[in-house]
Amino acid sequence: MSILNRAAILLIAALALSACSNKDRFDNAGAGAGGAGSGAGAGVVPGSANDPASPAYFQQAVGDRVLFLVDQSTLTDEGRATLDGQAQWLLTNTDYQATIEGHADEQGTREYNLALGARRANTVREYLLSKGVAGTRLKTVSYGKERPIEICSEEACYAKNRRAVTVIAAGGLTS
Amino acid sequence: MRHLLTLALAAFATIAPLAALAQGGPLRIEITEGVIEPLPFAVPNFVPENAAAASMAAQIARVVSEDLTGTGLFREIPASAHISQVSSFSSPVQYADWKAINAQALITGAVSMDGGGRLTVKFRLYDVFAGQELGSGLQFSGTEAGWRRMAHKVADAVYSRITGEGGYFDSRVVYVSETGPKDNRRKRLAIMDYDGANLQFLTDSASIVLAPRFSPSGDRVLYTSYETGRPQIFVLDVASVGRRVLPTQGGNMAFSPRFGPNGQTVVYSMEQGGNTDLYMMNVASGQSTRLTNAPSIETAPSFSPDGSRIVFESDRSGTPQVYVMSASGGEATRISFGQGRYGTPVWSPRGDLIAFTKQSKGRFHIGVMRTDGSEERLLTASFLDEGPTWSPNGRVIMFTRETQGAQGASSLYSVDITGRNLKRVRTDGGASDPAWSPLQN
Repeated sequence: MSILNRAAILLIAALALSACSNKDRFDNAGAGAGGAGSGAGAGVVPGSANDPASPAYFQQAVGDRVLFLVDQSTLTDEGRATLDGQAQWLLTNTDYQATIEGHADEQGTREYNLALGARRANTVREYLLSKGVAGTRLKTVSYGKERPIEICSEEACYAKNRRAVTVIAAGGLTS
Repeated sequence: MRHLLTLALAAFATIAPLAALAQGGPLRIEITEGVIEPLPFAVPNFVPENAAAASMAAQIARVVSEDLTGTGLFREIPASAHISQVSSFSSPVQYADWKAINAQALITGAVSMDGGGRLTVKFRLYDVFAGQELGSGLQFSGTEAGWRRMAHKVADAVYSRITGEGGYFDSRVVYVSETGPKDNRRKRLAIMDYDGANLQFLTDSASIVLAPRFSPSGDRVLYTSYETGRPQIFVLDVASVGRRVLPTQGGNMAFSPRFGPNGQTVVYSMEQGGNTDLYMMNVASGQSTRLTNAPSIETAPSFSPDGSRIVFESDRSGTPQVYVMSASGGEATRISFGQGRYGTPVWSPRGDLIAFTKQSKGRFHIGVMRTDGSEERLLTASFLDEGPTWSPNGRVIMFTRETQGAQGASSLYSVDITGRNLKRVRTDGGASDPAWSPLQN
């Protein structure tokens, strides 16, 4: 596949993040989502990460985040694969809404990074829209460099911090 | 409200015009020429004119000394070296005694406190080697709680008479106070005197707050907060600590607000559909007009002091660079052309320079350039320096410095625009995003 060629560092980073863009899991996600109605009877704990209709499943099995290259807000092949899974999940689980949180690494000024994070969040939103997810279900917010998940000052951490995270919330919640 | 202090009338003495000196010209520091040797001065404890003023008299002289020595332009001759003791504000100065210890400037003062807790401070500045007073005596009075401000006013007057520049000691700094680890940083707005005294928190740490800025009169603060769940612009009244969100229509996030020099307009960034542009709001009406319309990021604006132009940061060329445009929008001219990325431009209160953050070869710098982009000078270098703010007289820049690594923390630093006198500003814990107030009234 071209994923490895594309950005080995990003792949390693993504694998470390609970294998969020693992192809097999993504495929399972699609199959599981199709059978979500009967899933609860087969030893699946509703709401847990092995319930394909749960936000926990979205976060851990589908993959809730995509990563970006330095200064970039364009999606990688790997990012698109993750978002395909997110779109499929959202189209299946229509009771949920999502807030896409854009982030930047610490290598930039505060307000510029806020704008850059917004750009990244919007790239994800646009992609999900293009896959048929309704715009009314997708909000965006940027945290710039205010909320790193990794705290070292090296590329290994920066790569994980340059992210857009799709956070699932129950559909009754509106802005 | 914030007028702890009323500036009282000048002059106990009409002073002979400044004469040329016997040796080496008048007492004067030309800041721009690069001071190698700080000017030695003496400031004996001010004379308490009644018992209630005794402790205050000594403390005020200490603050005056700290202000002056903190500039790097002055050096205090310690009291242990003094020959003369100043026991009365009106007794004649023994110039020979001060010459003997090489005190080129002598500051004397007196403090009194009335029964109502009102403090009065007066001072005189002497040019020792000329054997005469420099300028005339001044008197300030105010509440006891405002005693540091009176000391700062004395120091501002001394600094101003000797350098020919405006002072900056009677000023405040609003900034973001930081606690907690790097991946769970708690932030809240704080305000303090320029030297770190009189700290007061303006918000709690429930929401992220960013990049505060003073109004031109220092009575209000603009900042960005996540209080509503997404970045919005707030304006806070410093005296009452009351705050309200400024209405921005049609966008998702609003941030990066700065007052215009009239205090009636606010330029800010608004993001819509992932694209960030600059807008101008009339604070009274809440109506905004759009200043830029480009698919690139336009943010970090700053007005020229006359309000006619705006300098800002844009990545329209592919990397963040600094541009200048009319305050009504329209065509912008790029002014940063060095290697690297440029951001957070801030126009000097004197109008002559623009301070900026520069990122180059993995390092961050605070620098200054002329308003056409020429004569770029980098003043600092570190893992992460950002967000310059100007002292009221345009001589000193304060900024955020963040250290590297998992334990990385932010603090405030200041540096002279000559690049000298880099030092940490005293804050209570982590600190970022300083904004310097104008000189107080």
